[in-house]
Amino acid sequence: MSSGWVRLAAAREHAIRYGFIVLLFGLIAYFAIAADGFVSPQSAVFIFQSVAITGVLALGVTATLVVGGFDLSIGSVATSAMMAAAYVMVVLEQNAVVAVVACLLIGAIVGLINGWLIVCMRVPDLLATLGMMFLLVGLQRIPTEGRSIATGMTMPDGSVANGTFGAAFLALGRHRFDFFIPNLIPVSVVVLLVLAVLIWFFLEYTRFGRMMYAVGSNERAAELAGAPVKAYKIWAYVISGVFASIGGILLAARLGRGDIASGNNLLLDAVAAALIGYAVLGAAKPNAFGTAVGAVFVGVLLQGLTMMNAPYYTQDFIKGAVLVVALVFTFALSGRGKR
Amino acid sequence: MGNDAVFRVDGLRKSFGPIEVLGGVSLDLHAGQVTVLMGANGAGKSTLVKIISGVYERGGGTMSLAGQNFAPKTPAEAIRAGVVTVHQNINDGVVADLDVATNLTLDRLSGSGAPTLFNPGRVRREAKAVADRMGLMIDLKARISDLSLADRQMVAIARAMAHRPKVLILDEPTSSLSSAEADRLFALLDRLREQGVAILYISHRMSDIRRLADRIVSMRDGVVSGVFDSKPLDYEGAVNAMLGRKIHLDRIVARNSARPVLTIDGLRIAEGSGPISLTLGDGEVVAITGLVGVGKTALAETLFGVRKPLSGTMVLNGKAYAPGSTGEAIAAGVFLVAKDRSENGIVGDFNIQENISLPFHRRMSRLGVLNRRVERAIARRQIGELGIVCRSEKDEMSALSGGNQQKVMVARWTSQAARLFILDEPFQGVDISARRDIAAKLRASANGRATLLFVTELDEALETADRILVMSEQTIVGEHRNADIDLERLLAEVAGGPLHSAA
Repeated sequence: MSSGWVRLAAAREHAIRYGFIVLLFGLIAYFAIAADGFVSPQSAVFIFQSVAITGVLALGVTATLVVGGFDLSIGSVATSAMMAAAYVMVVLEQNAVVAVVACLLIGAIVGLINGWLIVCMRVPDLLATLGMMFLLVGLQRIPTEGRSIATGMTMPDGSVANGTFGAAFLALGRHRFDFFIPNLIPVSVVVLLVLAVLIWFFLEYTRFGRMMYAVGSNERAAELAGAPVKAYKIWAYVISGVFASIGGILLAARLGRGDIASGNNLLLDAVAAALIGYAVLGAAKPNAFGTAVGAVFVGVLLQGLTMMNAPYYTQDFIKGAVLVVALVFTFALSGRGKR
Repeated sequence: MGNDAVFRVDGLRKSFGPIEVLGGVSLDLHAGQVTVLMGANGAGKSTLVKIISGVYERGGGTMSLAGQNFAPKTPAEAIRAGVVTVHQNINDGVVADLDVATNLTLDRLSGSGAPTLFNPGRVRREAKAVADRMGLMIDLKARISDLSLADRQMVAIARAMAHRPKVLILDEPTSSLSSAEADRLFALLDRLREQGVAILYISHRMSDIRRLADRIVSMRDGVVSGVFDSKPLDYEGAVNAMLGRKIHLDRIVARNSARPVLTIDGLRIAEGSGPISLTLGDGEVVAITGLVGVGKTALAETLFGVRKPLSGTMVLNGKAYAPGSTGEAIAAGVFLVAKDRSENGIVGDFNIQENISLPFHRRMSRLGVLNRRVERAIARRQIGELGIVCRSEKDEMSALSGGNQQKVMVARWTSQAARLFILDEPFQGVDISARRDIAAKLRASANGRATLLFVTELDEALETADRILVMSEQTIVGEHRNADIDLERLLAEVAGGPLHSAA
């Protein structure tokens, strides 16, 4: 082996490891020069805010990716949670706490059902969660016969729904914390950061997280090492469902109504962020830090391009292109083409 | 015999990297004869078959078919020349979603000269001709996925025979068949034998071999270690040639144990098999040997809580032991180094340290948070204890040699004290020096637990165990103290005397 070859291998190693981070900073530097006002606290907060809900969903789906599964139902869990929150407050006239608890319960129950379908009924993960996605998209429309939920709406039986979104609930979407500058950081960004740190710590530093990675890498070996593999898989889907419902709560709080048409892009954006995360630091596997970076990466790119007057309809194309590049980073360059 | 060989292999060699798998194999196959090929795992049987069937390129030597040079570059070429192989995995030989008729004629649907349009009538006619020639009594319209394994196997063989081959190679065709199903397969093979096909039959099942063999060729360590073709066939000799002892230098001093750790009483692990009763003592190393498929892994998995016994009781440390899961077994101090480490042991995404700590996370955590310092310290200690060759405990498993990977698996389970330590084929794919290291480590650390090994190779048992038990047909058929062994009796038990060949 010549030293040149070794140096080349080392360079490649570095490219895989730091390529995406370098790309992210390069992007920020470029926009800082090219787009006026890109480097400001407000702009940074806006980026985080724009990816907060997607990011929360992406962190949840990361848990299922870790155990070698997948959850396609997260988008519809989020919108179902949003509709449920609106229904509980506007139609049932309950307070914010009841609404939040109802949403979290929905997320947990859907996660349990997903896990049960996949682990006990042996339905392949993609198909089970695809089915669940359809089911929820339909289910969330049934109570109001397909209408959006807002205060003053007419119910199917002719009565008028008089409940309102509680102030405490709306604060989840609208309150901003002071951070050096008054009224800077929205609640959704704080939720994103807290959840990101939580799931990162859980996956990296607890024995449960470690075993989830083992299950994802070699299920049989994990079982023969004494792990209750089925329970771990079901828990992963519960985590995913609960995170998605938190995303739904944030969405409802931001909109202030149960909007039947919103949240269409949540699934794809979240999955993209989690998959981009594979490429971060050369992990070549699902990881919470990568997922968070992936979400921010997409946010930076879209914010920068928007400020440079790129038309809105190019956004999905750009996200897709980033995802494809990230996947090439992960699978081709690192030579670990297995999941 | 000898001159009328249809197919002849001479001095065949094959290496993968620096490892020589075949070291000059010579083999004759004769028309209208069943030649049985025996060999332990890693003896080179499958490599030989893959070269003959055109999957691998040979490293040296010659092959000839009916006097002509035979050097297939692809499986398709081998089939066209008249050498057809039915592989071990039945479902590789058939397409489950198509019907029997289409499967029987599948090879005519592709390739040059095949008609573009699919003509069901013609397919059925051709399929019927093939089926009649073979005496196959299966509904041609049935879908393969609705058939039993035996019927699928028949279809796979019939499909192979549609090429009218001169040589048919069967790789462990009965490994997933019941004995009644196997009888139907044998009747089919008798028919093919009468038609003058030269058959190479690879199997570990003595009952199959007794039923079918005209000749037996034993392989060991990449060479032919014995050819038996005079009637009556010397089955024990064939087993001895395949497994028997080479000169072995370091004899061990067999120990006895007074304090029982595990007592098994009347354990039955398969439908219709005899009960197993045995006692394992503290400080004792016991090896259970027997051919592939006699239930060694099933017994290991029963002890480890992977599967449940049909009947019988186990007592561990004086308490009733009936593990419902691997987790319960580990909690009770029963550890298993499973066989086939890449499949059942190694977590590929984890480094050495993480692989070693895998079963014992709970013991190195507080409030669920792993203590990585403790984890690393244990990994380093174990790397030193077993002499694992690596740069650090952070190395990827894929960077290690087979022997070192196996040492990591042993290090995993010796990192905590066991009451019963089970190792299933721990020397598979392990080089000789790593094997010695592992065996020495097992004997040196044997006190305080019972150690149970499952090995196919006799040498491995003789080198490591105080006591050797022989398994055949899902039960224990013999026991030997490793001091003055009656090797002939032991081999006869492994080969399964007429008493045990009821299947």
